[in-house]
Amino acid sequence: MREVAIVSFAQSRHSRAVEDLNEVEMLMPVTRAALDQAGLEIADIGFTCSGSTDYLAGNAFSFVSTLDGVGPWPPIQESHVEMDGAWALYEAWVKLQTGSIDTAFVYSYSKASSGDLPKVLSRQLDPYAVGPLWLDSISIAALAASAALDAGSVTLEAMAEVAARSRRDALANNEYAQLRFDRPADEIMAEDALVGALRRSDCPPISDGAAAIVLAAGDRVRELSEHPVWIRGIDHRIDPMALGVRDLTDVPSARLAADKAGVAAAPVDAWELHAPFTHDELLLRRALAVPDDAVVNRSGGALAANPMLTAGLIRLGEAARQIAAGEAHRTVAHATQGPALQQNLVAVLEGDHS
Amino acid sequence: MSGQRVAVTGVGQTKYQATRGDVSMAGLVREAAVRALADAELDWADIDAVVIGKAPDFFEGVMMPELYLADALGATGKPMLRVHTAGSVGGSTAIVASTLVSSGIHERVLAVCFEKQSESEAMWALSLPIPFTPPMHAGAGGYFAPHIRSYMRRAHAPEHIGILVALKDRQNALKNPYAHLHEHGISYESIEESIMLWDPIRYAETCPSSDGACAVVLSSESVADRAPRPPAWIHATAMRSEPTLSADRDPVLPVASTDCAAALWAEAGITNPREEIDCAEIYVPFSWFEPMWLESLGFAGPGEGWKLTEQGVTALDGDLPVNMSGGVLSSNPIGASGLIRFAEAAQQVRGLAGDHQVEGARKALGHAYGGGSQYFAMWVVGSEKR
Repeated sequence: MREVAIVSFAQSRHSRAVEDLNEVEMLMPVTRAALDQAGLEIADIGFTCSGSTDYLAGNAFSFVSTLDGVGPWPPIQESHVEMDGAWALYEAWVKLQTGSIDTAFVYSYSKASSGDLPKVLSRQLDPYAVGPLWLDSISIAALAASAALDAGSVTLEAMAEVAARSRRDALANNEYAQLRFDRPADEIMAEDALVGALRRSDCPPISDGAAAIVLAAGDRVRELSEHPVWIRGIDHRIDPMALGVRDLTDVPSARLAADKAGVAAAPVDAWELHAPFTHDELLLRRALAVPDDAVVNRSGGALAANPMLTAGLIRLGEAARQIAAGEAHRTVAHATQGPALQQNLVAVLEGDHS
Repeated sequence: MSGQRVAVTGVGQTKYQATRGDVSMAGLVREAAVRALADAELDWADIDAVVIGKAPDFFEGVMMPELYLADALGATGKPMLRVHTAGSVGGSTAIVASTLVSSGIHERVLAVCFEKQSESEAMWALSLPIPFTPPMHAGAGGYFAPHIRSYMRRAHAPEHIGILVALKDRQNALKNPYAHLHEHGISYESIEESIMLWDPIRYAETCPSSDGACAVVLSSESVADRAPRPPAWIHATAMRSEPTLSADRDPVLPVASTDCAAALWAEAGITNPREEIDCAEIYVPFSWFEPMWLESLGFAGPGEGWKLTEQGVTALDGDLPVNMSGGVLSSNPIGASGLIRFAEAAQQVRGLAGDHQVEGARKALGHAYGGGSQYFAMWVVGSEKR
């Protein structure tokens, strides 16, 4: 495989509702910042790929407008996935593997504030059998949490610890996060249930936000960055959607992706797991064999800021940032989408060998 | 193309029709996929990854339907990507799938595109109110009609060219069992007399609204060398996008289109497409786009495209047959329409196009465009390796 590196990463300050900007206006400072970090203009980029969904924008071809924001003139080589930006990064990585380009630009964004997110996400479900029931995303998560609690895979105490740690770490480490505070686990244990066993603190915030990453390969890497972060392995897998087909206490597609990405080949200094709900992190830790004492989601993770279709790309950016900042040498980034951790991507990142 | 050689070794299509009420979306995509696998003589387990494409999710009312379709397409435990690049998505999907093979990552990739327009209403889906943007409520035809008028004026094209294109494509469709429209009684007069929808676009010069799916199997060289039927070797692929709101933009002759074509011909080693390409499947949703794209693609000079149509050059028995399958004018499951162009081009060079086969076709163009003519995807396939 051709060596590919993350050479820049930028994100917005995520918030519950960005009311005074449209998607294009929200995205533009972020794409500009990512390009500036690498010292590039869009005309220097070999391939651009973005991730977003019309269902959050509320209109068809919404990505057409946001593409204008990156200024594709003269015309550019460009593609779009109706997926989290982590998969846009994967498509760009594949394009770099063909050897036809040396730089790629990846971005994603969403404004969930335009609608009722848990209801909107119910439109992902089997449109004939489940969709008409309007089973919302929090209720699906609650079903999975109940299954995991019943099976003894997770405990309410461990979930509360994840909730407390995530917002505390965001307060300490991540100015871009949305939920940044120190609420101890025992206070969370005293919370009333919101849906099923889930408390409000077990749920991610609803966020508006954007993120962008520049990739490079070959000689371009050293020209663009003093501290490139190498993508040593990347893979993604999907499970069936139907909740009754799956074991909701396990995440086989995440485990398989981690195997293929080569996670186990060496120790991992830090993990960025895209776990929207607290029990998701605990299930992912088991599936990916994360050691109990591992550094997980130093950024606060999706529990501190969860812009849909962007929080996965942010995990890649945060895992890279820790390496570039010298806080870690080898990190793992994970992204997920679909109901109850249906589809998963895992990447292994490394800094230069000293 | 850059990277390792890739070939189409399997093609599968559903029958295109207004309403496929007999199947769900899962049943529809699986029908096309099963046929592509059968053509390639492969089983589900042989497929390394699945790439799915379709146009806006509002066309069916399902958000990111690939999540629901994953197991119907045998993707459980496999990588699955969902591409969406406006109307060019069918072409983009094939190109993304081809890079999964040309990069050396996978050996056999299934690319599937579909639209089940009967589930919702495309006209409505394209007319949702957008803040700070004046509503058009015109659908695609109302958007493109002024572009066509502008082309007619600039090219000094006579008014009847659109009718000739529609007549040719609908007659070609009679030779394609998968085509949606099989209008046995169609004539020049019946098209001319059909209702004017968006001047100068008549009802009979407009694509239908179709349900349908198309699938192709893309294989590495070693797999294609052992394929049971002739492969279509991918000689070149190209994609280009340009802005929607730019004062520099000419939607009649978009720079993204000419750039995309130039990159395509260069990669395919083609210096004179008019001579070297044997036939083309070009995305023509409204009749007039045939002469417009003929010029943009370099098959004809500025203002000359309509003359090829008028002279019968683009007819099935012409020197450069265009849309032998009946084209988008005869079948339009929107998200699949680009992949159908790419797949039909492949079938021609494989010699498997049936009654609409162009004798001795060795190099063919597959073309798709989307949005308001900002998005382009193209490939050249050949009967021989390049």
